Amino acid sequence: MKFIDYVQLNPFQKFWYNFKKFFKALPSNIVKFFVAIGNFFKKIGLGIGRGFAGYFSRFIKGDWATKLSYVVMGFSNIVRGQIIKGLLFLAVEVGFIFFMIGFGAEKIYNLGFFNNGKVGFVETYEGVNERGNPVTIHGDVSMVLLLYGVMTIIIIGVFFVCYIASTKSAYKAEQMQAAGEKLPTFRQEIKAFGDEKFHVTLMAFPSLTISIFTIMPLIFMILTAFTNYDHDHLVELFSWHGFKTFGDVFNSTSQAQMSTTFLELTKWTLIWAVLATVVNYILGMIVALMINKKGIKLKALWRTLFVVTVAVPQFVSLLLMSQMLDVNGGAINVLLKDVLHVSGNYIDFLGGENYWVARITVLVVNVWVGIPYTILITSGILMNIPADLYESATIDGAGPVRSFFSITLPYMLFVTTPYLITTFIGNINNFNVIYLLTNGKQGSNDLYGGASHTDLLVTWLFKLTMDKKDYNYAAAIGILVFIVCATVSLLTFNLTKSAKNEEEFS
Amino acid sequence: MIKSYKARRVIANTFIYILLGGLGLIWVSPLVYLVLHSFRGEGLAYVSYLIPKQLSFDNYKALFTVTADSSVDFPRWFLNTFIIAIFSCIISTLAVLMVSYAFSRLRFKARKPLINVGMILGMFPGFMTMIAIYYLLKALGTAIPLFTNPQFELIICYSAGAGLGYQISKGFFDTIPRALDEAATIDGATRNQIFWKIILPMSKPILVYTILTSFIGPWTDFILAKIIVGVDPPNYTVAIGLQAMIQSDMVVNNFKKFLAGSVCVAVPITILFMLMQRYYVEGVTAGGVKG
Repeated sequence: MKFIDYVQLNPFQKFWYNFKKFFKALPSNIVKFFVAIGNFFKKIGLGIGRGFAGYFSRFIKGDWATKLSYVVMGFSNIVRGQIIKGLLFLAVEVGFIFFMIGFGAEKIYNLGFFNNGKVGFVETYEGVNERGNPVTIHGDVSMVLLLYGVMTIIIIGVFFVCYIASTKSAYKAEQMQAAGEKLPTFRQEIKAFGDEKFHVTLMAFPSLTISIFTIMPLIFMILTAFTNYDHDHLVELFSWHGFKTFGDVFNSTSQAQMSTTFLELTKWTLIWAVLATVVNYILGMIVALMINKKGIKLKALWRTLFVVTVAVPQFVSLLLMSQMLDVNGGAINVLLKDVLHVSGNYIDFLGGENYWVARITVLVVNVWVGIPYTILITSGILMNIPADLYESATIDGAGPVRSFFSITLPYMLFVTTPYLITTFIGNINNFNVIYLLTNGKQGSNDLYGGASHTDLLVTWLFKLTMDKKDYNYAAAIGILVFIVCATVSLLTFNLTKSAKNEEEFS
Repeated sequence: MIKSYKARRVIANTFIYILLGGLGLIWVSPLVYLVLHSFRGEGLAYVSYLIPKQLSFDNYKALFTVTADSSVDFPRWFLNTFIIAIFSCIISTLAVLMVSYAFSRLRFKARKPLINVGMILGMFPGFMTMIAIYYLLKALGTAIPLFTNPQFELIICYSAGAGLGYQISKGFFDTIPRALDEAATIDGATRNQIFWKIILPMSKPILVYTILTSFIGPWTDFILAKIIVGVDPPNYTVAIGLQAMIQSDMVVNNFKKFLAGSVCVAVPITILFMLMQRYYVEGVTAGGVKG
């Protein structure tokens, strides 16, 4: 279809056309997506291969000093006059060896390669002490051992990077000497960290803290998904059991309660994420349009009225809301019963028998929380829609509703797709609204792990870790949530044209 | 059918005024309720009317007078949170600026992969790692005594991952023309000097935005603080303290104090947010919205 044909379609046909186009393109996009993932791994593999090729070719081409540096790190640098640099490399190597002997080797040994997949060796048991009284004899704690194991593996990785860097540096020093160049002194190399290598200086500290406090815990939790670290194995040693945890989550015969809970909460999470995103987006935009309409006075006042709710810390407004909705005489119940006399008795908004009441309440409260954000974000963009579009639409006889759906919405969708996706992902992970409003109010006996029907997957994850102590299931659910979020955002980011034109301004 | 265009517009505008007025009322009324009832003199937790009968400062006085037997120590919680906020604000601002500057202005081999890693890390639900962080801190605490101090632990937790929030300020740095860097390089400036003397002075909006968001963060964070701090009331931050005050066994005595405490937290944060509102919108639209 040519552009000229497309323009002549009416909005419904246009929508239908785009709808068909999206779904026609979807299979090929999904294929492209997986091809891209494949290419990504191929690139990594090729990179590693090239790295090893370089590693061996440097060894073959290098002279005796360079060859010796492959065992004694920094040797080539010391021989060729870069003494401080060489000694630093050597110190790294010596430190690493001491670390492995004193700590690391044992931690790797404990990871379960030698004990039928059990992490640790000595079980905790109820024994007797020398006077014959019963006492708990503490053995290994698998969780701590796994944590130390992950720590050791990361340190080995860091050392490996240093090692490769040292072989490169050794070979480079040799080549520079052979070419008759003067080797940079230590002082010059330090200076380079303020200029050519400034990125190393900038990135060093943040990457260190991120690896310790984000990446390492993440690896640890991902690994627990492949163990049987649940509430039965808090004291006992736990062991590796492959994908069984994921199997349990989906298995509706042997783990019926688990899998129905998972299915139920996944459904609600998706309903919640879609509704919370779409309703807030559209309603917020309508309010923003009303505020910014020509001829409306006191714009600043209206804006402030809404924006104040964004400014108040979310936990304050949510705790306040949960109190106002309280069944024992919260303000909203007082308003309905004692002031307006609409309802006969206090309504249990958050803990009622019918969980849809609580679900709808949560959605409504989320509208209260979310609309001001949409107003803040979209106001500026709404002002940028060319006014003549609306004028010509009015002349053609379009009313405000028609212009909203034919002009405003398409325009905004085009510009703010990335924002919408981030909001959607944010809503899948919207912990605060659900937890602070409904925690402990909804009881449920039919769901696993103390979950209630208002719980999202992330709040269930939280309950599984904190109350039930089923760490492996929590980790598995976290991984599943991650897969959903990552796929959604990668697919849509690739579909929209706005995928990163970052060099645009430079 | 209304003939005159003007009359129609007046009716439309009146309708909008009424609608905005009603909506505005709904939106602020919970906050008005909060402030009004924090001054309420009479009654315990809940009363069956909306306008308080006596106004007094008693709730605020009670909030700031700490009795030995009470577990409510609001001044202490406030101080705890303030210290945490100041330190984590300094560290995280530095981390965010360093990472985003490196990603935006410098070109190095690991740049693209690191950006992707940062994006992927951001997609994992944050609660997944919290329990591991808790045990990690416990393990570190056995080796280094400093890590047994909850305030220090929280500062570390809030600022350690701060570098991952680079997107918004990177988006801002991307808009500063590269010609400036090139001119400075020709004049002999190192990249270190370019960062401090050229880019930072030009980035006031994003600097203010980063400082304020990282300062506000600890005041509003709830869940991580709850896990790290545990059950010892003197170590609470305001968020956990306020939540503890309205748990079902304490709510009758503490509800009015809870309202007063909420006002004490909300007012400074609200003022800060209103000040940085413009920067907030600029920041989010620069990083998250592209045409």
